[in-house]
Amino acid sequence: MKHVVVIGGGVAGIRCAIELAEMGIEVTIVEKQKHIGGKVRNWHKLFPSFTPAENVVEELIKRVQNCQNVQIRCCCEAENITPHQVTISGGETLNCDAVVVASGFTLFDARIKEEYGYGIYDNVITSADLEDMLNRRAVKLTNGASPRRIALLHCVGSRDEKVCQRHCSKVCCVTGVKQAMELKRLFPTADVFNFYMDIRMFGPGYEEMYREAQADYNIHFVRGRISEVSPTIDGKLQIKAEDTLTGRPLKMGVDLLVLLIGMKAGDSNKRFELSCHLRRQDSGFMQPKDSFLGNVESNMNGVFYAGTVTAPKTIGESLNEAVTAAHSVAEWIKHTA
Amino acid sequence: MINFGFSISKPRTIDIDRNNLHKSNEIIEAMPELQTCIGCGSCTATCTAGNLTEFNFRKVHTLVRRGEYQGAYEEMNKCMLCGKCRLVCPRGINTRGVVMLIKRKIGDF
Repeated sequence: MKHVVVIGGGVAGIRCAIELAEMGIEVTIVEKQKHIGGKVRNWHKLFPSFTPAENVVEELIKRVQNCQNVQIRCCCEAENITPHQVTISGGETLNCDAVVVASGFTLFDARIKEEYGYGIYDNVITSADLEDMLNRRAVKLTNGASPRRIALLHCVGSRDEKVCQRHCSKVCCVTGVKQAMELKRLFPTADVFNFYMDIRMFGPGYEEMYREAQADYNIHFVRGRISEVSPTIDGKLQIKAEDTLTGRPLKMGVDLLVLLIGMKAGDSNKRFELSCHLRRQDSGFMQPKDSFLGNVESNMNGVFYAGTVTAPKTIGESLNEAVTAAHSVAEWIKHTA
Repeated sequence: MINFGFSISKPRTIDIDRNNLHKSNEIIEAMPELQTCIGCGSCTATCTAGNLTEFNFRKVHTLVRRGEYQGAYEEMNKCMLCGKCRLVCPRGINTRGVVMLIKRKIGDF
């Protein structure tokens, strides 16, 4: 029986494993965390339909656990990759016929943008923190009160030369609008402001959701990047930006500031590049063989990609790519047999 | 006293904390569609008055929404209500209605 190692047990890795298993291929998922499910596990609801993230993750986990020929290895990392061998933490080597790298991305560390005060001031949180608070039903200020004015800042760690993240992280705009709506549902009397550079609503239903946020939720959109955040004497956060559509500086005090952090290239990408000469892009994401006909293949025969290891992507796109990767693997194995 | 010609400039910053947003909230409540403006500038580009004067409809209504009412009534008076802006608005905002609403709400400001 043919054997494929899938590196990463996030949504792309799981979906790819299911597809491979259904084609009669033996699969080993190598996951560094204690559980499979990846970052979607920590998310609350998914745009634009507000589908609970757990519905997606749990369904995928259930399906992969029902696959007889899928072995899941948690708490271990892929140290070294070649098309026919993966060395995992502890030194064990897994022999295989092909490898799918679905190791995903790393969340941008908001502390690097010191001017926003994450980790310095109270009530400055990231979009990932907010999802966690929503899951725990514990969205409140550090003093336990409900926020009356909330600002969300787009593009933290994206499109920013200063932190070496030139690329657009693609999903934060939509997440920002979704989170603003969720906050407004939780706190109907609160004022919610989104500070953006551009609003990129590229997918089906996204623009409609944006419009709904404006017209029905009365969420204020200000085109301008917050330049700095400082604490006020009454325990609030003062933010400064330019309201570029009026050409005037703007400031206000807010109770809660949500930083929409971007997707950074996965921490393990560099190791993969060194171990078997897989090519990386300037952004740090892995370089697919071709953007059109070879988008799930790498520059090495027998090594494939799925999901956000190659670029920021939505969950739907990652899942689609996982299926495509599985079929490309199956075809390649057939040809080399 | 001798006037040396010095003066203090008023801050240009829009201070949301100090601005009275009461009127602005009333305006948005009466016409929520105004919040859907994406700042494309089509209204201003096609504006008959804007081609002859400094009038910038997009800028004025954005300022009003931020609680900056000073001079907005006079600005809106430059509008001749021709309605070309309404024809081009990609969000389908009743821009002429917005002009009338803003004038009505802040006329006594």
